[in-house]
Order: sequence, then C-alpha cells, then structure tokens
Amino acid sequence: MQVTHLRLLEAESIQILREAFAEFSRPAMLYSIGKDSSVLLRLAQKAFAPAAIPFPLLHIDTGYKFGEMIAFRDRVCRELGLNLIVHQNREALDAGTDPFRMGLSRCCGQLKTKALLDALAANRIDAAIGGARREEERSRAKERVYSLRDAFGQWDPRNQRPELWDLWNARLEPGQSMRVFPLSNWTELDVWHYIQQESIPVVPLYFAEQRQVVVRGKLLIPVEHNPPLQPGERPEPVLCRMRTLGCTYCTGAIRSTARTVAEIIEELHAAERSERENRLIDYDQDGSMEVKKREGYF
Amino acid sequence: MSDTRGLLRFLTAGSVDDGKSTLIGRLLHDTKNIFQDQLDAVRAASTVGGHGIDFSLVTDGLRAEREQGITIDVAYRYFATPRRKFIVADSPGHEQYTRNMATGASTASLAVLLMDAQKGATTQTYRHAAIASLMGIRSFVVAVNKMDLVDFREDVFRGIENAFSAFAGRLQNPTFHFIPCCAPAGDNIVERSVRMPWYDGPALLEYLETTPIPEERPSGGFRLAVQTVLRPTAGGRYYAGRIAAGTIREGDSAMALPSGTAARIASILVAGQPAESAAAPLSASFRLDRELDLGRGDMLVDPQQPPALSRRITATLLWMSAQPLGVGRPYLIKHTTRYVCASISRLTAVLDPVTLDRRAAGSLAMNEFGEAEIETHQPLYADAYTENRATGSFILVDPISSETLAAGMVTETGGSKAAGQSEAAEASAAGMAVWFTGLSSAGKSTISKAVYEKLWAKGYKLELLDGDAVRQHLTRDLGFSKHDRDENIRRIGFVAELLVRNGVIVLVAAISPYREVREEVRGRIGSFVEVYVNAPLAVVEQRDLKGIYRRCRAGEIHGVTGIDDPYEPPDHPEVECLTDRETLAESVDKVVRAVEARVSRP
Repeated sequence: MQVTHLRLLEAESIQILREAFAEFSRPAMLYSIGKDSSVLLRLAQKAFAPAAIPFPLLHIDTGYKFGEMIAFRDRVCRELGLNLIVHQNREALDAGTDPFRMGLSRCCGQLKTKALLDALAANRIDAAIGGARREEERSRAKERVYSLRDAFGQWDPRNQRPELWDLWNARLEPGQSMRVFPLSNWTELDVWHYIQQESIPVVPLYFAEQRQVVVRGKLLIPVEHNPPLQPGERPEPVLCRMRTLGCTYCTGAIRSTARTVAEIIEELHAAERSERENRLIDYDQDGSMEVKKREGYF
Repeated sequence: MSDTRGLLRFLTAGSVDDGKSTLIGRLLHDTKNIFQDQLDAVRAASTVGGHGIDFSLVTDGLRAEREQGITIDVAYRYFATPRRKFIVADSPGHEQYTRNMATGASTASLAVLLMDAQKGATTQTYRHAAIASLMGIRSFVVAVNKMDLVDFREDVFRGIENAFSAFAGRLQNPTFHFIPCCAPAGDNIVERSVRMPWYDGPALLEYLETTPIPEERPSGGFRLAVQTVLRPTAGGRYYAGRIAAGTIREGDSAMALPSGTAARIASILVAGQPAESAAAPLSASFRLDRELDLGRGDMLVDPQQPPALSRRITATLLWMSAQPLGVGRPYLIKHTTRYVCASISRLTAVLDPVTLDRRAAGSLAMNEFGEAEIETHQPLYADAYTENRATGSFILVDPISSETLAAGMVTETGGSKAAGQSEAAEASAAGMAVWFTGLSSAGKSTISKAVYEKLWAKGYKLELLDGDAVRQHLTRDLGFSKHDRDENIRRIGFVAELLVRNGVIVLVAAISPYREVREEVRGRIGSFVEVYVNAPLAVVEQRDLKGIYRRCRAGEIHGVTGIDDPYEPPDHPEVECLTDRETLAESVDKVVRAVEARVSRP
C-alpha cells in the first residue's frame, strides 16, 4: 500500500523530534505562533503521546507581534497545559528599539536574533527545535536538519556536517549548540493540507477579513503599533489576510477572499507570488536571509 | 478532501556545465512551482543569455555559489503536480563535492543524470552514476541535454545511449531510461518535444510522475530501533521509534536486542493514534505485555528473522573528512539510534570511482570510496545495506572533534575474521577508578559512557562497569538491603582494583548509596576519582528512565534509593556533575579533565 506524502512527512518529523529529545540534554521548541509552529506543536504532541511534550516551548516576543497572536498563544498554552518560556530583549525595547526608526535589519538583530541567543544562553538550551522549512527561502534550501552553531550562535554554511540518511550527528562540544528543523521537507501547501487533515487551530489572521491597512504600492501594511505614514497615506479597510505571521510592520497582508483552510489551499494552488514576498525583512539587503542566519537568526 | 498523492525523492547529477540547475529551474517553472516574484528577482539578476532567464539562479542559494557560478552544497527543492509530490536533491557536480552528492543520494530512490549531447558521457558522469549506485540507487534517468546544439540528431543520441549502456553493466542491477532534451527551451522536460519526432518516449516529468516509487522501507523481518521510552503519567512504558522494516500487529511476538528476551505487543500507537498494526516507514510506539530491559539504542525485531549480531562487519565507506582514514584509530559509529566505539581493522580496497575497480590502499582521503573491515566494542544489529538502508547504514564520527568523518554501508555482517585487537591504547601508564555515584536516572550511565568514548579516543586502556549490567552477572544473587548493596559495591570494587593494578582506567557507574563502603573501596584502590552525579530527586523522578520511582510511589516495589532507602552524598567528591543544570558535554568535559590531570600528575 502506498503511504501518502503527508504520512511520510509526518513520520519523518516525529522521528526528528524524538531524536532531538533523546540526544540533547536541554532541548526546547521555538514557538512563533504561526502556522508552521502550530503544525510542529501537533507533531510534538503525536511524537510523545500518550506522554506530555517533554521540553519547554520558547517564544521570542519582539513586542511588535499582533495582539491576536499573543491571545492565541496564551489560549493554546493554557488549553494544552504547555510549559512556555517567553523572552524579550527588554533592554533594547526600553532603549527605544523600533523598526520604524532603526531600520528593519538592526531592529531584527536586536529584538529577534539577540533576544533568541540570550534566551538560549539564559535557559542553557543546547538544542533549539524550530519550524523553518527549506522551501521558504533559497539559503534555507541548503540548511541541514541538524544545524550546528558555534558559541556565538553562528551558522557556517560552507562547513556543515554532511548529513546522510536519517543519521543525524547530535554530538556537541562545550559551547556549541544545535538548531533542529523537523519541518525541513515540508512546503507551504503541505502545511496547509496537514492543518486541514488534522483540524489544527491557527491564528485567525490567516483568514480573509476586512482589516484596516495602509496601501503602499503592492504592500498592505497593518496599522497595529502605528507605523509612520507617508504623505497622503491613511488606513483603509481592505479584504485581506496574512500569508505569514511576524511583527506587524514587517508582515504585509495580501488581498484575499480565503476565509477557510480549503479556500486558502485553493488560493495557493492558483498563487503566483511566493510565501515570503510580503516579508519586508527578506528584502533588506542582497542575500539577506543568509547573512542573518550566519549571525544566529533562526 | 484528502490528498492521496505519493512522494518520489530523486537526485540530479551531472558535470559542471551540463545545465543541471537549469533543468531543475525549468521543472519548477514549468510545473508552476516558481512564483512570479522569485522569477522577477531571477530575471533581474540574469546576465544576458540565449534563452532569456538564467534558471540556475533559482537553485544556487548561497552567495559564494552565485559569485562562482557553481553549486557547492546539496540543495533540496520541492514541487508537486496533480499526480505526485517530489523532493529533489540538487547536488554539486564538482569532484571535490562528491560527499555532498552522496548526501543527496542517501535519501533518494532515483537519479536523473544529465549530460551534454555534444560531449556525451564524461568521466564525471560515470563517477556520478557509480556513486549513486554505491549509495543504493537502482533507477536512473539519463537526460541527454543541449540537443539543440547537435541539431536534434537521433544518431548522436543513440551513440550516447549505446556508450553509456556498455558502462552501466558495472553497476548493481540498474534500470536506465534515456531522454533527449533541451532544458533551457523546455524540450522533453514537461512537454514532449516537437523537434525530436524520432523519440516516442515520455518527457522527463511524465516519466517521473509514472515510474513506480521504490519502497522507502523494505518489507521482511520487523525492525524498530528504540529512540526513546515514553512514560505517560497514567503509567505504562511505550517504546518509540521509526519502523525500519516489516509490519507488526497487536499480539505479535517481538524480541528485544541485545537481551534476546521476548514479549508480545500489547498496544500500538501510530503517530500518536491507536492502531491495530504498524508498518515501515511509519513512526510508532509500542506497549509490551511485560517489562523488558529495553531502552534507546536497543532494537525490537521479528524473532523469526532477527538481524545479525556482530562485532565485526565489512562495509563500503565514503570518506568525507580532510583528516584521512587511520587504520586502528578510535572512531565512533552511529548506527540506528546508538553510538558504538569502533576501529577499522583493515582497509581491504579503495574503489575507483569511475570503473568501480578495486585496488589496494593504506588509507582513504576525502571523497574516496573504500571497503573496510570494522571492529566494534559492542555488537551491532545490522542488515546488509542492499537489504535495508536504515539498518545497513552508519556514519563514522570523530570522538574528539565530533566531526562526521565517513558514511558507511554494511556489506557483510560477521563474515570477517579480522586480525586481533589494534595496537592502540598504550598510553595509560597509571590506572585509576572513576567512580560515578548518584541516584537512579541522575545520569551516571550516560556520562560514564560518553567519558569512555572520549578517553578511548585518546588511547587510554579502559573498562566500564555499569551497575545494571553487573547485577545481571557478578552480583545477580544480591538484593537491595543495606548488606546486599554494600556487598555489591565491594565486589565491583574488587574487580576494579584488579584492573587498576594492571594500568586500566575503570569507569564504575553504580548508585553506591552508602558513604562508608565507598570510602572503603577508595582506600583499597588508592587511585580513585569520585564523581558525584547530582540531580534533585524531583528531576530524577521526572526522568525515571527505569520506571522505578513511579512503581515505588505506587507501592509496587520498595527500597528505592532516594524514596524509601537512604542516599548519602559524598562529602568531598573530586568532581560534581549537576545534571539538571549542565549540558552533557559540560559534565563530560569536567570528568575528562579530572582524569587527565591525574594521569599527568599521578
């Protein structure tokens, strides 16, 4: 009998999650509240059922997330009885770090990359399990399932450990840590098909609704956290949804009428634009994602 | 609406300028798996060329690759058609990146070999076919590209087909299909070409969509390497892992390795859901009808068709490190879910990567294939790689740097009669006992095993006495009263003393709860490093690797150290490992440094 691609992907991800738990001393799962995190969470429940998920979840809260995301996070963690660690770069936020004045790259460096590295160090986490997918961006296509980081959390793409079969090399020297990516082989469509098949709850921002946004060229910029407007711009209601979720200012919405998971899948089948297109941060400089990953970004 | 499509994983390989990345770019583009904005970005970055868009820019993801115009690392691409999902390993063409190509091949079941119609098969093409074949790929598609540059002539294509088929006889049972194409223009990639009416076979995509998908995991005797043991608060133990071969049903009998004890399957979960049966390649967990000695690294197998158990295997190795293979040097093998100390006792041949001819050699350098006889400290439960990729594959890891050194494919289990122990391990002049004490599940076995690997890699003479193993042999008559516990420690101490006297570093992992008898043993042995493996009771109860705390709390057993039996912590241990706060690497590092300090200053 032929096993469907979703069952194969599921089996592989569960295997990776169990290996990560068994092989590292202090693993934790990065939880970013988005659709990939929601799938990863469900896979972790399945991997360890009927026992509970045996490691904490870690959310790096930049302070610029959508209110709906935070509400969703708190509800999910409460309902499932999850152990959630929330970390913020308080110092940078108090010093007034924001994406509007500092520029996206520096803001991201402080509120995401630095916050993540600090949180990993503070909690002595030796393996951070994340929901990144190789399909998302071209430098991620070269990422290993087990991605080794040095003492500064940095990635060296030219000197990665070869990774054959399902024999992941988990050995660390003092100071090193690992990023583990159980969803490496999933695509955006796989994620939505799985959400549909398993009835996994996701943040309502993914579904089309009339929302107040600023229209700037092709971009639809959400108005939460009051981004500075250019002359002549004003918020207007647009029927739209978020294709990816991040910080409000860096996550553009897309025009869409998809109000259900099935409609999202249909929309993606017809889509001509890529998933991260609306992420302002990816376009900040050439090879932007690769540069950020080398520095320690997820 | 359920999605019932299957998944085909394939590899693309070919020489540097044969247009491999272009072919993949074309497949993604023509199946509408490149999005408009990505295409715009590529179009903007393309230098002016004959066919407008440089599709290779879609796949070459790293800056260095775009700068040098070559593919360095294997990249994974994903596309889907209404008939099938595909994962493509787009691997580098250069000879110095052979290891990356092998990486891509290790998870692929089909290879698309690309060649330039003007040049035909080159040494590089033969090398790629040979590597793919060594890595277990049996299905090949040969895409003869750039047919436009030979005026779409059939005789050129047939000439290439004949020459390559002659070579293919050297590979293991391959099946070949040849397709003439022109990737930049799209001929015979997605649509059949009108410019080559003499070719009546399918276009490349059609072939990939319809060729039978080779089984990801074979049928045959059941195999499951235990990844972890799940212990729900409601009780019970579930052995979790990914099924490497076969099918198993509720009520079936299964044998645990290495203990050889058998049990029946009481219940099954597949991906967390109750199921009556489970089959490869799914992830599952099992409850047994009785308690067995079974943990991570052990295997559950079909008692009628067990794998071979052997300390000596022969294997094909692909060397992947700049540091060459050293016969007799200490290595670690990662096989299924365990690490085992190993050394290469003999390198029997190095393989010519083009002709697969064997010749004698003393070592292997990076990107070379060889055949070796390997000795392991514990038996492996392995199958031949041609029978089962999951139980027939392993990696070699450097125990000092943790670098992945080589990929291995088992060719024979237990067949070799290798020469005796290697001549390593002269280093240890002064023996000592390294005594790990602490509560059950504190981490004594884990740390002592990892310390063993590190010290062994440095050439010391070593022995490991693990309390659980000792109680099955040397002290199996003893129970858990104070008198018996002390007697257990005295006997272990006696054996350790004999070994220490002979210059061996003895690692002892035993709860050893009583201070007085530990001091007695220290006095007898003299050279003694006490390692207090310390974690709070709440933490070890949470871990409860053997399930004894839960059973004690439930009143099923008594006399569990830390609960209703005393533990007297050491007053002045030489090393203390706080396993609730330190990583394993940190704990191991502390112990190794303490041992080495004593070796240099006895």
